[in-house]
Amino acid sequence: MEFAELIKTPRADNVVLHRPFHPAVEGTLCLTGHHLIFSSRRHDNAEELWLLHSNIDSIEKRFVGSLGTVVIKCKDLRIIQLDIPGMEECLNIASSIEALSTLDSVTLMYPFFYRPMFEVLEDGWSSFLLEQEFELLSSVTNEWRLSCVNKEFSVCPSYPPVVIVPKCIDDEALRKVALFRHGGRFPVLSYYHKKNGMAMMRSSQPLTGTNGRRCKEDEKLINATLRSGRRGFVIDTRPLNVAQQARAKGGGFEQEVHYPQWRRIHKYIERFNILQESFIKLVEACNDQSHNMDRWLSKLEASNWLTHIKELLTAACLAAQCIDREGASVLVHGSEGTDSTLQVTSLAQIILDPRCRTIRGFEALVVREWLQAGHPFQQRCAQSAYSNSKQKWEAPVFLLFLECVWQIHRQFPCSFEFNEQFLILLFEHAYASQFGTFLGNNENERAKLKLPQKTMSLWSWVNRPEELSRFQNPLYEANSLVIWPSVAPQSLQLWEGVFLRWNRPSKFLEEAEEERINIIKYNKELQAKVNALRRQLAEMETNEEVQERP
Amino acid sequence: FHPVILLQVENVKLLDRYANRKAATGTLYLTATHLIYVDASAEVRKETWILHHHISSVEKLPLTTAGYPLLIHCKNFHVAHFVIGQERDCHDVFTSLLKLSQPVKPEELYAFSYNPKMSKENREMGWKLIDLKLDYQRMGIPNDYWEITDINKDYEVCSTYPPEIVVPRAAAKAVVMGSSRFRSRGRIPVLSYFYKENNAALCRCSQPLAGFSARCLEDEQMLQAIREANPGSPFMYVVDTRPKLNAMANRAAGKGYENEDNYENIRFKFIGIENIHVMRSSLQKLLEVCEMKSPSMSDFLTGLENSGWLRHIKAVMDAGVFLAKAVREERASVLVHCSDGWDRTAQVCSLAGLLLDPFYRTFKGFMVLIEKEWIAMGHKFSHRCGHLDGDPKEVSPVFTQFVECVWQLMQQFPCSFEFNERFLLEIHDHVYSCQFGNFLGTCHKEREELRIFEKTHSLWPFLLQRKQELRNPLYRGFTAYKELQPNTLPFSFQFWCGMYNRFDKGMHPKQCVLDQLLSCMSQKVTLEDNASELENKLPFLDGPLPSEGCSSPEAGPAAAKAPTPPQDRGEGAAPVLSNGPSLGQQKHKESPAQPRDLGASTGDGQAQHQ
Repeated sequence: MEFAELIKTPRADNVVLHRPFHPAVEGTLCLTGHHLIFSSRRHDNAEELWLLHSNIDSIEKRFVGSLGTVVIKCKDLRIIQLDIPGMEECLNIASSIEALSTLDSVTLMYPFFYRPMFEVLEDGWSSFLLEQEFELLSSVTNEWRLSCVNKEFSVCPSYPPVVIVPKCIDDEALRKVALFRHGGRFPVLSYYHKKNGMAMMRSSQPLTGTNGRRCKEDEKLINATLRSGRRGFVIDTRPLNVAQQARAKGGGFEQEVHYPQWRRIHKYIERFNILQESFIKLVEACNDQSHNMDRWLSKLEASNWLTHIKELLTAACLAAQCIDREGASVLVHGSEGTDSTLQVTSLAQIILDPRCRTIRGFEALVVREWLQAGHPFQQRCAQSAYSNSKQKWEAPVFLLFLECVWQIHRQFPCSFEFNEQFLILLFEHAYASQFGTFLGNNENERAKLKLPQKTMSLWSWVNRPEELSRFQNPLYEANSLVIWPSVAPQSLQLWEGVFLRWNRPSKFLEEAEEERINIIKYNKELQAKVNALRRQLAEMETNEEVQERP
Repeated sequence: FHPVILLQVENVKLLDRYANRKAATGTLYLTATHLIYVDASAEVRKETWILHHHISSVEKLPLTTAGYPLLIHCKNFHVAHFVIGQERDCHDVFTSLLKLSQPVKPEELYAFSYNPKMSKENREMGWKLIDLKLDYQRMGIPNDYWEITDINKDYEVCSTYPPEIVVPRAAAKAVVMGSSRFRSRGRIPVLSYFYKENNAALCRCSQPLAGFSARCLEDEQMLQAIREANPGSPFMYVVDTRPKLNAMANRAAGKGYENEDNYENIRFKFIGIENIHVMRSSLQKLLEVCEMKSPSMSDFLTGLENSGWLRHIKAVMDAGVFLAKAVREERASVLVHCSDGWDRTAQVCSLAGLLLDPFYRTFKGFMVLIEKEWIAMGHKFSHRCGHLDGDPKEVSPVFTQFVECVWQLMQQFPCSFEFNERFLLEIHDHVYSCQFGNFLGTCHKEREELRIFEKTHSLWPFLLQRKQELRNPLYRGFTAYKELQPNTLPFSFQFWCGMYNRFDKGMHPKQCVLDQLLSCMSQKVTLEDNASELENKLPFLDGPLPSEGCSSPEAGPAAAKAPTPPQDRGEGAAPVLSNGPSLGQQKHKESPAQPRDLGASTGDGQAQHQ
């Protein structure tokens, strides 16, 4: 297919662009296969706006006489308005944008066409291999092994080719366990707590069905993570009744009789369309320009967004507490084990593991616990808060995770190597990107699409020193402790950086960030200067001593 | 510091609001000024100090298995829940506290006994630190249109105004006197702030005694004089900060608002800020929400909405923004009043000043602003804060709301204030503490009668002395931001956890950016000293530093250049006061030796499985 077929009017002049907190500008609008480009003609302040078509969530058009207006709502929640003279031009442009922003073939997406303008120092596609994780793990324990049982994606289509499992469980047993778990997602290691040797595993629900099927290998596998005489915790992200109902459809949960050493805790985390609706309602509330405080607070409450945040953080604290405080191993799962399960395991690691609070470590966490673990990004992030499609599989699961990280970051502002912008960057790229990182729903699909060969990785770009410097938190001081966030409503805030980003002027807040950076940077420079002077003085004194010697 | 102990009770438990933490056990002492609780169960000595004046209520709760509970609510939103073993002890503490926390006579207030061991000269100097005349001078007053007059020196015009007021030159004494008879409690229109860029003035007064039809020629002339003092504008605003309905109800009592037909070229406008009773009950509801035990998100947000608190904060802010805009953009003078002109009027005038003039965003300027718009103009601190046993219906968080508005502005403009949040909390504490004379009484006349200036200390020098910890490290200086134009959409207002849940440490961020930056600021001074000292020892060092001498790689090239320091925008050194005391005593104290255990502090809803 040629993009040109979809572009009926590639260019329009005298278009007026309206954005909140910016004066309206007149300029030329161009459509290319992947971008909407607006350039103002004013010489004093030439300005260009490049918008990926894939970033467009919805488009509305209306007419006053022959002046058409197109309102474009983006997946990063920004809203822009274009006034386009000429009814035909406007209609053409609107329908082109609509077609280009809803391409259904992945291989037509921009990452397959994007040619980087930067030098690749390190290929992000191979920056975070599970083998490297395993090497680190092997230095502290020998109870685990790398298994290639899934190398053809035949045992579990949504798992990566290699996984970490207890050493005493062979691949044959894993195959049997896979048959007993939803989608073949048998329990694998998610996190090993060096401090006390406890493990966090994740999986999908066991397929016990109504007649209480059991699987000896499954029991053996998860028991292998227990210390003798100690109990473990299964954290089921569904409420008990939902877990019980799941049996009718062949699913189920670990029953006490067959798992006597495990205690099950049901900690409900909302999923799918409930989350998407919550997201839509919240964004709608944030865009409400009425000056009514009661209305704002009641809409904020009714969106339930912060409730989901609170519940999610609570579940993550629970998992972390089982491991760190109770000294118990933990298995986390819901139904499929691709959404709420990953939210809980990844957030628990933010709380427990200082490495996950570094830039590199956080990237590794996202790769390991989200991309390789098979969170279906392509489905979940197909549409954002302005979509009308209401597809069951769209949900801001990853955004909720990022926001929870932001909430913890806000409570421990000196314990993270990255800043808020880094989290916002990941949110943006998960929904629309020039990089192939978040394309596809799992490693299997990514391999079939040959993404590592055909597209650029987000990590190749972001890990370059000049980019990284924008995402560093000036206040960071490595903190080796477990960080327990407060989940009291008073401690949680709306993530303004995402939800109010386009609805308020940011100048004053950016200036504050600049000041913070300057203060710390100046001190560091000063310290370096003092050290250098000291050294020089010392050198001089030694020299003098040498000279004095006959 | 050896206080006389009036009462001592052993084995008292102090419950933590977070049910999952073990209660402390210790000893409770009552002194003449404080309740002091010493936690004996903690590994390090931990003391909790509560000033008697801060106590707003003491309640005995029903007996529990642990003993006799005593619940203490403080005006600074500290809530302490003690459990005392013996009924008799509990009763003794209860009755003592009732007496100690509700003084009847002004002489019993802490300020009259507070002795920081300061020389008489220094004490007197402290009272002279803030000179309102200088502030008027700064605005360019007196000038052709405005004069400072001592017409009220014997309080003949108005008993709740200060002796010196600023009125239009064109207003003759007869006009002033005539107007005063037509204004509730004689609170005539006077200048609050003069915007010298365009001659627009912000003026304040009380409601006119207009009833349904009364008018007063002198009052009309007074307004005309104000309008004509700003020749650039053909009209002036008259803003009534009450809801229209309230103002109309006042007409039946012979009060009310200005009839546009009787005053030449005025534009009359209502801004609906609710009265002190609505605000009092709103705060009550807010505090109930803040005190809920493990509320859900929904409980909290619904409670926050139902309290109406942020709605009222927004109303005050909106009014301040309206005034500032009228003055700055429409170049029109504005006359503001409410009923008596000492609550809502004080809020919105001081807020407008803060928005218009960067001086009021400095330490000194903020003190001037409070002295000018609140203290001098007769905000009844004593009644609103319930300093003495009196009518509970007079108590209202009017000043608290102003302080919160300032905080909300700080959130939007983090680099535009010289001081930080702690400075606001410190002032808020002392408005209730009665430790200093500034906020005692209801007006200047009463403070003279109480001989405040001879017998007590002024708060301001003590705060200036602590500038280092109360400053805002992000402050960009006096000239960086002129007027502030805040966003007042509802989402721009946040719940102020640092105020209303200030003593629930578990709810606050566990690492404090402010502390980090403040310590950077003090480190900076040491480093700069070190650097210059070292440079002096290396006389011939002019060229660039050896690059290998830098410890961190990214600092390498930067260190070769002379680093440009972030501007220190301090206003110069604070007046030195000999042997100034530490003011930290009346509050919650933690032993400095206590390690900061990040892993151990858990929040309220801290996940806990059964």
